[in-house]
Amino acid sequence: MSTQEQHLPVVLIHRLPAFNLSFTSRLHTHFTLLDPLLHSPESTESFLTRHATSIRALLSVGPTPVTSETLSLLPALEIVVCSSAGIDHVDIHECRQRGVLVTSAGNAFSEDVADYAVALLIDVLRRVSAGNRFVRAGLWPEHGESPLGSKLGGKRVGIVGLGSIGSEVAKRLMAFGCSIAYTSTKKKLAVSYTFYENVNDLAANSNILIVCCALTDQTRHMINKDVMTALGKEGVIVNVGRGALIDEKELVQLLLRGEIGGAGLDVYENEPHVPKELLTLDNVVLSPHLAVLTPESFAALQDVIVGNLLAFFSKKPLLSQVQLD
Amino acid sequence: MESIGVLMACPMNTYLEQELEKRFNLFKFWDFPDKALFLDAHRNSIRAVVGNATAGADAELIESLPRLEIVTSFSVGLDKIDLAKCREKGIRVTNTPDVLTEDVADLAIGLILAVLRRLCECDRYVRSGKWRRGDYRLTTKLEAYTHTSFLHSDIVLSGRKVEIPSIELLSGLNYHVRFTGKSVGIIGLGRIGMGIAKRAEAFSCPISYYTRTEKSDVNYKYYPSVIELASNCQILVVACPLTEETRHIINREVIDALGPKGVLINIGRGPHVDERELVSALVEGRLGGAGLDVFEREPEVPEELFGLENVVLTPHIGSGTVETRMAMADLVLGNLEAHFLNKPLLTPVV
Repeated sequence: MSTQEQHLPVVLIHRLPAFNLSFTSRLHTHFTLLDPLLHSPESTESFLTRHATSIRALLSVGPTPVTSETLSLLPALEIVVCSSAGIDHVDIHECRQRGVLVTSAGNAFSEDVADYAVALLIDVLRRVSAGNRFVRAGLWPEHGESPLGSKLGGKRVGIVGLGSIGSEVAKRLMAFGCSIAYTSTKKKLAVSYTFYENVNDLAANSNILIVCCALTDQTRHMINKDVMTALGKEGVIVNVGRGALIDEKELVQLLLRGEIGGAGLDVYENEPHVPKELLTLDNVVLSPHLAVLTPESFAALQDVIVGNLLAFFSKKPLLSQVQLD
Repeated sequence: MESIGVLMACPMNTYLEQELEKRFNLFKFWDFPDKALFLDAHRNSIRAVVGNATAGADAELIESLPRLEIVTSFSVGLDKIDLAKCREKGIRVTNTPDVLTEDVADLAIGLILAVLRRLCECDRYVRSGKWRRGDYRLTTKLEAYTHTSFLHSDIVLSGRKVEIPSIELLSGLNYHVRFTGKSVGIIGLGRIGMGIAKRAEAFSCPISYYTRTEKSDVNYKYYPSVIELASNCQILVVACPLTEETRHIINREVIDALGPKGVLINIGRGPHVDERELVSALVEGRLGGAGLDVFEREPEVPEELFGLENVVLTPHIGSGTVETRMAMADLVLGNLEAHFLNKPLLTPVV
C-alpha cells in the first residue's frame, strides 16, 4: 500500500465470487478498496475482523446479501452502498438498529426501463416488429397492406407499481394522450393519477397494464387469470418488472385463445426459457431481459455509487439514501 | 347521390370502399386494366376522385375527366395530386389532417425507440431460440469490444451473466443506446412535427427544428438549414410535406452531418430521402441507424437493408390503426357528401 493510498478512505467490497467489480480503477482514485476475496485463503470472517475498526463503508455488489452476521463483524460500519435498485438482499432491520445508512442505485435505471416499457407498448400496438418482419421477408409487394394496429392515444393505462420506473412511464405516456391510473402498496399523495386499491379494479378500468413493481411474496403471480380477463380481449400487458409477477401459463393460454390483445415482455418466469407458443405470435414482442442494459445506465450506476461514497466521506447529503422506516 | 360517379384510385381501406359503394356509383380504378378504355367510357360520369399516398390525381387524369369537381385524399400528404392543376380548373381538394397526427407521431417515437434499443433485433433473437441456447450475445460485433461484467442483480439473478461494453469503448450504435435526453431534430414543425416534439419532450429530449421560416410561437431551437440541424442533433426526424423543394432533402451531405452516431427517422414520404445515399451510408457505417416507414419506390424496399440490425423497416403504417383509418374514411365520406350537398367542406385544401 503506497503512502498516498493510505490517506484515501477505506471501502469494503462486499461481493459474491461470481461478481467482479467492473470499474475498480475509478474507485481506486478515490478510495482504498478492501476485497476479502482477493486475500484467500484467509477467510472473509478473519479478514473482516482484522480490518473491522477501519471499515466505515461497505459496497454491496449486485445481490450480495448484507446479513446481520456481516453487520455484526463491522462495528465501525456507517453506510451500506448498494449497486441495485431493489435492496431486498440487505437486512434493513439490522441496519436501522445499528444506525447504518443504506443507499440504492436510485434512479440510475429508471429512465431506460421506462423508455423500454414505452418501446414495447408502441411495438405491440403498432406492430412495429411484426411490420419489420413483414418487410424483411419481402411480403409487402405480394400482400399489399399489413394488418392494422391499434391507436395509443386515448388509451387508459394502468401502472402496476408507481415507483421511480412507474412514475417515469406515466410521465412519458401522458404526452401520448393516455390517461393514467395505478395501483401501489399505498396511495401517493403527490400525484393526481387515479388510484385503485387492487390490481383487479385497475385492470377492469384499463386498456393497458404496465407491470413494473418489485417481486415479493405478495406480488408473485399478482397478474393472474382474473386480472387478465378483467383487462379484456383488446387489452395489452407490458412486463418490465419480473417474470413471476405474471402467471405465465395463463398469459400464454389467454393469448392463444385471443382473450387478451397482446403482450410486450422483457422478463419471463423461467429465463432464459420463453414459452414456445409465444414465438410465432405477431401480437407479442419478446425481449431477452435487457431493459436496463444501456451504457448510459451503466455509467449512471457508477456515478451514483461513487457519488454516494464521496458524499458520505465528505459529510454531504447522500444521492440515493433509502428511508429505512 | 347514387348516380354520382366516384373513382377510387387504388385499394386503400375496405370500410371506405364499402361506404362509398353504398352512397355513390363507385369505380375501382384497379378493376380496369385498360385505363384508356375505362376513361373513354366513363369520363363524363366521374365527378370525384378518392386518392391516397400511393395514387391520387395527376395532371393527365385530371385532364381526362372533364366533369371532375373534387379530389378527396385518404391521407394528409397531397403529393400525388396536382394541386396547381386543380386550382386552375376550380377543382376542390381535401385531405385528412389532424385525425392521423397522433398515430404518426406515436410511430415516429416507436421507431426511434426500436432503433436505439434494438427492439426488433431483440425480438428476433428471442424467437430464434438463441437466448435459450445460451448464446448471450446479441450481435457478433460486440465481440470486438472489451467486456466488462455487469453489476445489475436482475441480470445475473435470471441465471446467466450478461456482458456489455464499457461506454468509453462503445462507438457508433452497435448496442442499445438510451433515448431519454438525446437531442431530437425535426424537419417540418407542422401538426405531426409538433406532436413528435411534445412526445420527445416527455423523454427530456432537447428539441430543435428546421422549417423555411422560424416559428415565433415555439421555444425550440431553430436552424435555418437542414445541414445545421443534422450537425446539431442525434436523431433527425423527417416530418414535412413532400414538395419539389423537399424532395431528397436528406442527401449525402445531410447524412454525413448526422454521422455514425446519428439516427434518421422518416415518417414523411420516401422521396424525402435520397435512398441510394441512405443505403450506402448505412452499409458503410457512416450513419448510426435508421427507422423508415416510407420508401422511394413502395412497396419495393432496398434489399441491402434487410440484413442490417441498426435499421427498422415498417410498411408505411404511420396512420395504420383501426381507429384512425376509420376516422380518415369518415372524413373522406364527409367531404364528398358536403361537396355534393353544397355545404362547406370539412377539411378543404383547395
